[in-house]
Amino acid sequence: MRPLAIAAFTMTSCLGRGLEPARAALRDRRSGLAQCRFETAALPTFVGEIAGVDDVRLPEALARFDCRNNRAAELGLRQDGFEAAVAAAVARHGADRVAVVMGTSTAGILQTELAYRRRDGEGALPADFDYRRTHNTFSVADYVRERLGLGGPCIAISTACSSSAKAFATAARWIEAGLADAAVVGGVDTLCLTTLYGFDSLQLLSASPCRPYDADRDGISIGEAAAYALLVKAADAPRGSLALLGTGESCDAYHMSSPHPEGAGARMAMEGALASAGLHAKDIDYVNLHGTGTPSNDAAEDRAVMALFGDLVSCSSTKGMTGHTLGAAGAVEAVVSLLALEAGYVPGSPGTNTLDPRLRARYEIHGGERRLEHVVSNSFGFGGSNCSLAFGRLRDAA
Amino acid sequence: MTLAARIRGVGLVGPGWSSWTEAREVLAGRVPYAPRPTVAPAPDALPATERRRAGKSVRIALGAGLAAAADAGLAPKDLATIFASSGGDGDTLHEICETLASDDRSISPTRFHNSVHNAPAGYWGIATGAMQPSDTVAAFDASFAAGLLEAATRVAANPSMPVLLVSYDAPYPEPLQDARPIMDTFGVGLVLDGGEAGARIAMRIADEAPTAMDDEALDSLRRGIPAARSLPLMRMLARGERGSVALEYLGGRALVVEVAP
Repeated sequence: MRPLAIAAFTMTSCLGRGLEPARAALRDRRSGLAQCRFETAALPTFVGEIAGVDDVRLPEALARFDCRNNRAAELGLRQDGFEAAVAAAVARHGADRVAVVMGTSTAGILQTELAYRRRDGEGALPADFDYRRTHNTFSVADYVRERLGLGGPCIAISTACSSSAKAFATAARWIEAGLADAAVVGGVDTLCLTTLYGFDSLQLLSASPCRPYDADRDGISIGEAAAYALLVKAADAPRGSLALLGTGESCDAYHMSSPHPEGAGARMAMEGALASAGLHAKDIDYVNLHGTGTPSNDAAEDRAVMALFGDLVSCSSTKGMTGHTLGAAGAVEAVVSLLALEAGYVPGSPGTNTLDPRLRARYEIHGGERRLEHVVSNSFGFGGSNCSLAFGRLRDAA
Repeated sequence: MTLAARIRGVGLVGPGWSSWTEAREVLAGRVPYAPRPTVAPAPDALPATERRRAGKSVRIALGAGLAAAADAGLAPKDLATIFASSGGDGDTLHEICETLASDDRSISPTRFHNSVHNAPAGYWGIATGAMQPSDTVAAFDASFAAGLLEAATRVAANPSMPVLLVSYDAPYPEPLQDARPIMDTFGVGLVLDGGEAGARIAMRIADEAPTAMDDEALDSLRRGIPAARSLPLMRMLARGERGSVALEYLGGRALVVEVAP
């Protein structure tokens, strides 16, 4: 693919609002995970909760979208001058030429969970329940589009935990095909009882903060986040800008909730990202792993990484900091990859103490300063949905 | 700008039709439309364990998708896929919300993994062995047009890779059905590529009202199920006509599709 510049990016998660707290946490190897006190969840697990998300107020005109997920979306949009960057793209290209591609797994399903507790004697849902603008998968994409006043093509991608990585791939195809000149891509997923009790039912929740690649790792910590990037054509950005260089997608065709044991689909996705970027394995300096912290996920991904990169490439999972933000994870970790490239460091892995000797990739528990030119970010989801993204900088003026 | 592709194969299952062969007769005007509740095909392509777990959405998506692949004469495992649906599986989401509102919140693990919007895509992979890229997308009532646009951009990116679009919806049970009425289960599959065979379609987004169906019952079907917003296009294909149709898109706009048989 032709490289696309990242004109702006931002993330809001349990690490804080906007990029500054994320930068600090990545450098200091700080975790934002805390004992779960979310809503009425009674589960012995840790979560990564966005502080103050319930206090966010949506603009009056969009009040019907009000729910935790869209509040997180709103909070995220307000950070790091992201809105102003989008406004500049609109001024340049027109609102109809700026697209929106948002990844989410559960959107605002929490609103329906709460409404089911408020059913009347006949079982009907309360009158104030707005399915379309809260629960429905498209609601957050619709919110972002309305909120930013964009008229370009718009879609929600919902492939579980690869959703918002795949949002980058879709947006890149759209710009390449001439459907848009710029695209707001992102991922928003927020805590809800469906995912907390759902992962609990699969016995995939860790009772401690998650420990990717640790010998004693025993599951995930769920997080929530809103992360965005503004993709523009290389010709519209200065040389040296951070850039999306390649995307790779595949399916495991194996199982609904377990990864292919050899990581075959994961490897295909990474190979696809390299091929699309015109890069070779030796060109990659850091892999931000999907690294959820379940025994089988990390083992499968390790095999895929070893098969492609051997033990030469630094890699780590940042889910010990943010938790697994599910449908937002692809966008969050795209932002993490961009921050790593920008500052020249490999993020460490809080929570990971003793590396699993059966895993062989060059996993960096402590991280540190490195010269990074190219970074690959992995996101894999239920249903065997895999996506890898390659990031770097614009080399030549287009 | 305009995006073009060729239609290599079609599958359709909905209220009144168990196949494209049946639907084509009605849409071409040769047989009157006789609505009857949709019978979602049995998911025979799945291994026994998964077959038992497959809900309505999975069955309709697999049925329409496999029929389109067969019509195109292509092996399902070689197709990139786009699954477009307005929402996740209604029965599953209802069961989960009901359980979570009760005193015992133990969700079944199968129900949980079936709740993801991309469950049909996951089952498709298991049934066919397809490891090609697969997207699952949503755009509320515009989900069919959004999926078609997505499929066309995939074809543009790689004209030699056939892409299967499966657009499907299944109703919620009450009380969600009241909040989001979906008339019945409906699935349409289209295999697209950038070759020389099959009807040529070219599409663009325009400020137009969506094309309606002449027949009142067919138009109420079109309006009653997001995936059935595809019907004006399917009618053109059934009749082998040249012309253009406007399919509901976002913000009061339409995806205008020019068809040349």
